[in-house]
Amino acid sequence: MLHIINFAHGSILMLALYAGFFLFTLGGVDPYLAVLVLAPAFFAGGYLLQRYVIAPIGFGKDTNVLLVTLGLSIIIDNLALYLWTSNTRTIDVKYAQVFVDVGVTAVALPRLVALAAAVLIGVLFWLLMTRTDAGKAIRAVSKERQGARIVGINVEHIFAVSFGLGCAVVAIAACLLLPTFYVTPQVGNAFVLIAFTTVVLGGMGSFIGALLGGLFLGVVEAYSGLLLGESLGQIGIFVIFILVLLFRPTGLFGARAA
Amino acid sequence: MKRAIALIVLLVFFLALPLFIDSRFWLGFWTTTLFFALLGQSWNILGGYGGQVSFGHAVFFGTGAYVSAVLQVRYGLDAWTSGALALAAGALVGAFIGALSFRYGLRGSYFALVTLAFAEVFRVLVNAWDFTGSGFGMLVPMKPGVANLQFADRSWFYYAILALVALAYAITWRVERSRFGAYLVAVRENEDAARALGINAFRIKLAAITLSGAMAAAAGVFYIQYYLFIDSHVGYGPAMSVNALLAPLIGGAGTVLGPLIGAVALGALAELSSALLGKEPGVNLLAFGVLLLVILRFLPNGLMGLWPRGSS
Repeated sequence: MLHIINFAHGSILMLALYAGFFLFTLGGVDPYLAVLVLAPAFFAGGYLLQRYVIAPIGFGKDTNVLLVTLGLSIIIDNLALYLWTSNTRTIDVKYAQVFVDVGVTAVALPRLVALAAAVLIGVLFWLLMTRTDAGKAIRAVSKERQGARIVGINVEHIFAVSFGLGCAVVAIAACLLLPTFYVTPQVGNAFVLIAFTTVVLGGMGSFIGALLGGLFLGVVEAYSGLLLGESLGQIGIFVIFILVLLFRPTGLFGARAA
Repeated sequence: MKRAIALIVLLVFFLALPLFIDSRFWLGFWTTTLFFALLGQSWNILGGYGGQVSFGHAVFFGTGAYVSAVLQVRYGLDAWTSGALALAAGALVGAFIGALSFRYGLRGSYFALVTLAFAEVFRVLVNAWDFTGSGFGMLVPMKPGVANLQFADRSWFYYAILALVALAYAITWRVERSRFGAYLVAVRENEDAARALGINAFRIKLAAITLSGAMAAAAGVFYIQYYLFIDSHVGYGPAMSVNALLAPLIGGAGTVLGPLIGAVALGALAELSSALLGKEPGVNLLAFGVLLLVILRFLPNGLMGLWPRGSS
């Protein structure tokens, strides 16, 4: 939303997956319940990170911010590698094996929950952005930083809040992923470019765009995997990413230029 | 004058270094340090002087290494010709990516992301294609001899990379003092103002990325002769892109000697951290990440920023 391009997003996802993993194995907390703990915790962590690490070092220059978050992701990834080794970990929950018949095919229950939650979060965010003062402030800051400051909005605070919100959503995503996915220190890397692509494709700052972009990418990934084979299939996403950046940097749905 | 003397002292130091090293370990240390200094300089031309931050410099490095390997293994060309053609390929890839992304006006982080995506596309391609060894990578047969650019005496590799580094740094020095270099810095500082003054920013940036691509490909050519092996993760993976930008950012982007100083600092830090914290995987990179943040926060001009202005 605020054009903070966060390279550490994948690493934060990885951290959240580990947090969920350890809550489950050590504390016996179900991943879906862990949302209640992890989302606020990651909001707070993200808030502090943006306010006291990224903003002071980035000096507001976007390539600097990119470099800072790159440094952060290097630190987080390798700390995880150091502490938890590169072993792949999974958790075992009963409902991962439950399949729901949706007419054309059977879908694992956790994936269905994830889909429902994604739509729900999309709607909640849209309401937050359009109906609340905080959302108004975020939109104001993203449009006109100096103007927002003049009318009394605490710009640094708003930046940190939106960064924290991003981290909280990542934590929720991690809890949704955990039942059907695995955890390694490198797991986040696969998601970074996909996340960027989704957002760029949908148009920065557009929630409907991000949702549709995500759907479109999923279809592209499935089809390019089907047509080009397993190893070449990943290329689809990167090619789309390059094409969108080159020819339609405002995204397919975003009207405003970045 | 002072600067010329400093450079000569530096060159003599590096030339004489193998005479005082009798362990294979330290020779390898300095060889890889110089390799990172070369890779870093290629990034520095585009990112340091031109302000075009690349997150996918592996795309040029990998192209250099792969083209050289494929020409030697599949077509039986000698290492010198393959190396020269690999440099040309690196320049070509640079010109191609530059032409596309600068033509469509990508700047700042958008440019960084598009370079990363290009590197990933290449990684997937070479990983899927049997011609480039797919997932197994490319293995160049060992045939020591000057004609094959392979040396039984490891100190020859050291001198080879030293020669490449000296050449690359001489080129950078020339660029810095040339009209082209001044234009490049002008584009970095304020592209719109530079264009208003009549500088063709597109052509300047294109020239910089082409030169940068060739230089990174030279690092790739050296890599393949030194290790005789390349795979898609080493060649086009994000790790090499990160390596390319760490040295100049830490040493001082936009200065001739910055990448060298950064590479030495990183090499020393890697040894220090594994001595202090053990050799577990990740320790080195952890230290690099912390150093990068500290430098960005307190020394935005890198270690070169410690030098008093004017004497450097």
